[in-house]
Amino acid sequence: MKRMQTFLNGLMKENPIFVIMLGMCPTLGVSSNAINGIGMGLATTFVLVMSNLIVSLVAGYIPDKVRIPSYVVIIATFVTVVQLTMQAWLPSLYASLGLFIPLIVVNCIVLGRAEAFACKNGAVLSILDGLGMGFGFTFALTLLGAIREFLGTGKVFDLTIYPEQYGSLIFVLAPGAFIVLGYLIAVINKINKT
Amino acid sequence: MFLALFAVTFVASAILGGINEATKSAIVKADLEQQNIAIATILPAFSYLGTSFKVLPAGETDSLQFFPAFSKDSILVGTAIKSYSRKGFSGLILVMVGLTPEGNISGFKILEHKETPGLGSKMAQWFSDKNKPKQYVIGKNPEITNFTVVKDGGSIDAITAATISSRAFLECVKRAHTAWKSNRSNQLIPATTVKAEPSKEGGAQ
Repeated sequence: MKRMQTFLNGLMKENPIFVIMLGMCPTLGVSSNAINGIGMGLATTFVLVMSNLIVSLVAGYIPDKVRIPSYVVIIATFVTVVQLTMQAWLPSLYASLGLFIPLIVVNCIVLGRAEAFACKNGAVLSILDGLGMGFGFTFALTLLGAIREFLGTGKVFDLTIYPEQYGSLIFVLAPGAFIVLGYLIAVINKINKT
Repeated sequence: MFLALFAVTFVASAILGGINEATKSAIVKADLEQQNIAIATILPAFSYLGTSFKVLPAGETDSLQFFPAFSKDSILVGTAIKSYSRKGFSGLILVMVGLTPEGNISGFKILEHKETPGLGSKMAQWFSDKNKPKQYVIGKNPEITNFTVVKDGGSIDAITAATISSRAFLECVKRAHTAWKSNRSNQLIPATTVKAEPSKEGGAQ
């Protein structure tokens, strides 16, 4: 039960974007269309799960005073390994997602969950928390991306719904991201209250 | 405390060093392959690529990289040129331009840019739109067509609301063509011959 709870937490009740509001920077920057949203979300989920796992395993050996720099080093190392591996052996995947990888290191969600959950819980729970938060992040990014893409270019997932010339460019740019995000936060928090 | 910090950073740097070594050659290979794929899509069919070389145009600070492509019988089929423009709306734009031996544009591929999404970023699609001859640059020759935007008295339609990006793109292609032309008269890429020799010119890129 606790495991299910941990996993579902990140999806709605404590959605990293709509409720905890961590990782806003890459959210606004990368959510200009639905496909980018999914790509960034899944890449972040992978890093979240692995970093949560690693931190939960070594947290016991790292003194409190130096935990933040240690976690940052661990996360940055892992992300760099992922980036180099992708660049060497999965070049086409790297071509589409490569830009996002360095952004994940500075995504506060990863350090935030390591700090708030993984260092205080076991490996299995930490993995589930990583999965839940990651999927919540992916859901948020994809929804935001789909709305911005639809309002801004008339397409969703690159399928044209209405001609591009009737789209409002503002939604493709940062101000539009803020506007859509604001409305979404209001809606999700209202749903969470009921 | 120091021990923990030292252990973490030591293991981290060991892992990073190891991965870096392990992936170095694979990354170089993957990059080269992506480059060759890019060249293949913008030039007419060729059998092999000659030795690539760099050309520093007179009075400029950065050199362009030339990739001559030859048929089975060692006849020049086309040249791909990695060109640039610093006059993009958000700075540097890198384009791989394909030129036939007659100087016509056989294709192009945008390699790098930071132009505004939805505006300047449409360069790749806009200038290769077959259905719009006034903005379609493939097949045109910068020497024959007036290769600037209509606003500047030229004959190419700029991207709506993205004139600066369009100007930069055209400048980039024109730069490639001018360097290519001046190179022909230097006999560095003769019209029909065997493999070209690597150029002695270097120049920073």
